[in-house]
Amino acid sequence: MSETSITSASTEKKASAPKKQKTPVHQLSPRAKMLHRALRHKGLLFGLFVMAIIVIVALFAPLLAGHDPYSQSLLARMKPPVFLGGTWEHPLGTDALGRDYLARLVYGARISLLIGLIAATISACIGTFMGVLAGYFGGRIDLIVTFFINVRLAMPVVLVALAVVALFGGSLLVVVSVLGLLLWDRFAVVMRAATMQVRKLEYVAAAQVLGASLPRVLIKDILPNVMNHLIVIFTLEMAHAIILEAALSFLGLGVQPPTPSWGLMISEGKEMLLFESWLITIPGIALFFLVLSINMLGDGIRDVTAPEGRN
Amino acid sequence: MTDPILTIKNLTVDLPEGGDRPHAVEKLSVDIAPKEIVCIVGESGSGKSITSFTTMGLLPKALKPSTGEVIFEGQDVLKLSPREHAKLRGSRMAMIFQEPMSALNPCYTVGDQIEEVFEQHTSLSKAERKAKTIKLLDEVQLPEPERIYSSYPHQLSGGQRQRIVIAIALALDPSLLIADEPTTALDLSTQAQILHLFKELREKHSAGIMFVTHDFDVVAEIADKVVVMKEGKIVEQGTAEEVLNRPKHPYTRKLIDAVPRRTGSVNAHMTEKHKVMEVLGLNKTFHTKGTMFKPSRTVHACKDINFIVHRGETLGIVGESGSGKSTLVKCLIRLEDPDSGSVIIDGSDIAQFTPKLLHPYRKSIQIVFQDPYGSLNPRRTIGDQLVEGPINFGEDRAHAMERAKKLMEIVRLEQDALYRYPAQFSGGQRQRICIARALMVEPEVLIADEAVSALDVSVQKEVLKLLNEIRDEMGLTVLFITHDLRVAAQICDNLVVMQNGEIVERGNVDEVFGHPKHDYTKKLLSAQPGQNWNVPDISKLPPVDPALLDQALNQPMGAVR
Repeated sequence: MSETSITSASTEKKASAPKKQKTPVHQLSPRAKMLHRALRHKGLLFGLFVMAIIVIVALFAPLLAGHDPYSQSLLARMKPPVFLGGTWEHPLGTDALGRDYLARLVYGARISLLIGLIAATISACIGTFMGVLAGYFGGRIDLIVTFFINVRLAMPVVLVALAVVALFGGSLLVVVSVLGLLLWDRFAVVMRAATMQVRKLEYVAAAQVLGASLPRVLIKDILPNVMNHLIVIFTLEMAHAIILEAALSFLGLGVQPPTPSWGLMISEGKEMLLFESWLITIPGIALFFLVLSINMLGDGIRDVTAPEGRN
Repeated sequence: MTDPILTIKNLTVDLPEGGDRPHAVEKLSVDIAPKEIVCIVGESGSGKSITSFTTMGLLPKALKPSTGEVIFEGQDVLKLSPREHAKLRGSRMAMIFQEPMSALNPCYTVGDQIEEVFEQHTSLSKAERKAKTIKLLDEVQLPEPERIYSSYPHQLSGGQRQRIVIAIALALDPSLLIADEPTTALDLSTQAQILHLFKELREKHSAGIMFVTHDFDVVAEIADKVVVMKEGKIVEQGTAEEVLNRPKHPYTRKLIDAVPRRTGSVNAHMTEKHKVMEVLGLNKTFHTKGTMFKPSRTVHACKDINFIVHRGETLGIVGESGSGKSTLVKCLIRLEDPDSGSVIIDGSDIAQFTPKLLHPYRKSIQIVFQDPYGSLNPRRTIGDQLVEGPINFGEDRAHAMERAKKLMEIVRLEQDALYRYPAQFSGGQRQRICIARALMVEPEVLIADEAVSALDVSVQKEVLKLLNEIRDEMGLTVLFITHDLRVAAQICDNLVVMQNGEIVERGNVDEVFGHPKHDYTKKLLSAQPGQNWNVPDISKLPPVDPALLDQALNQPMGAVR
């Protein structure tokens, strides 16, 4: 027997060598392989790096700010930042009410991240739930879900958000829930398609034959295999939510002053655009880097988790 | 003999760094003369496709031929610019692919697709092009060439599509035809027709044909010369007669030995006659709703199916694609609900059970699917997937894990396989894991749905052997669904033959294959390639030349790494 088992093992090893050149990494768990790819992915690493900085800044805002973002000082209005000839007392200068700009920027990161995360999470829950059910069951449920997706796609997001915020007032809670309830369409569409693909695979049938209950099949066999799509959409929608919040705040219908929000800072600085342009550039650059890093992170995760999706 | 059209000399194609071996193809030399069919045989990963791709100039970018020459009609094609190579392709050399389903563009009629070749390479007028195309369709023996000319690929069957692909390849009368597993995806009877077509082409055209395949019966059917490849190297080449009947190299012998064959009566192991499963009058129809443009259609996937399976028996269900065997299987494991009829197991008719009532009976019937890559969840460890079944039936995890360890031993895998992920295993190993997973709940009936069809012959042989052993040791009953008559003949005790959803013939293997009564069975049997070849008994051949043996021993499988 030992001899046959040796030959069988060897032929099989050969069968495992596919004709196409594939990743050479042998005998690594999928997780180890993924890590291997992640560490070579420059975009992903860049995204992670910038993201980490912003998250750390948001978490340790009180330590880093140096000033209270709300305290006004009419004597110290419109101080320019250091690189434009200001002092180190206010490294990024002060705004029209004499509030320290660095402090507001740092606290604003909290708002942006919070809104992005919570809104995307609410959307992800709604969209994934609908998408997975539609993809798994098909038929009538699919028709209903598709109808909802179409209804949602027919609504202009910014307009609806503006209307709702105008009705209910612009608190953080309202903005987050409105965005969360509006951005689930892409989750639903992608999850539905991904679930349809996975559902056809034989391991789903095998699980059913082995007596797995429906929730078990969905949680153990479907969800983990559509997770990579979910993560990518999540990052996209998070960036989307952050930009929408900034837009709403800019229009005066988002987060209300004096809460420090990057969109609001841009909005408040817009009168001075021609005279003190740094009032807009600084929060603008922060917003740009946050959204860029989230998108690069998302692209990176897609490449790392599903390398066959590239090229 | 005439000068060869294609001479491959000392060809080496490098694999990218970190591959499982340094060269995809190593020091390969082959000659192909006009009017000659050279079969390149090997298991998956042996480099046979890379050889054909190199000749066609279709290598993926990561692969580069490093040494050697490929001389075609007097010039070395490796030195040609991509543009010059493209000019040769289609006009002087042509290729036929494995998948007729995806080799044609669904957006154009087949007529357009054949004409495109003339448009690219000649300056014929539209009318002339059409006339030539019709003539070609006629030549590849397609009925009603005019109608086929204006059909879209999806309106044609697999065999017809493969004929179109062949017609495209033949359009400009190339001097070299490369066929990469052209019949693998086809049904037996279609395969026989296509092979016959190839033989005719050899007579009518002066082309040399490079025929890549993994199937020794196909080789026996059409080859003039055989080249056996293993891990990118030629292990043996010679005339078909020589290689097939007097193989010299141990690897060739092993491959030929693994070709499934009838092994006489195998009923000996059946002692008791205990009815395990009975299927009575099972019917299943599918309705497709009509639309404005399409009338509604009703398809009888299963018509009045009756059979009984006894304990310890292997019942083969044989049929071509579309014969209803898959639907039957789905009805048996209740992934589809049968319209009428009964499936009696343990004295209960499970055919009409509600999901709740059905749950305890799920244990009794388990299944191993065809695709070793799709039937394991890539995101869960093997152990986790194995204990899934017992946990669903209320067993505790630790206990189930113990049994999983035992089963790993039975299917000859190491125990730490339980902590790995499916991606770390080969096709054959995965199929063993699937068998273990099915056995975890101690079923009475194991359905093997084309379970070995996707595997290389030598791996196939191992898995079949394993199935037989398990059946004997555990008193299991096996329903073996296959389209491959040779495999069925080797492993089954009794057979049912299905056609268009009906059982047309049944009986034990000797009866059905020895004295077929139904026309369809006769047709299937006569379509089997390689009938004139009596597989040599490897044990009776003269011993292997010690030099070859040394060579084989000196490159142990470690070299694969």
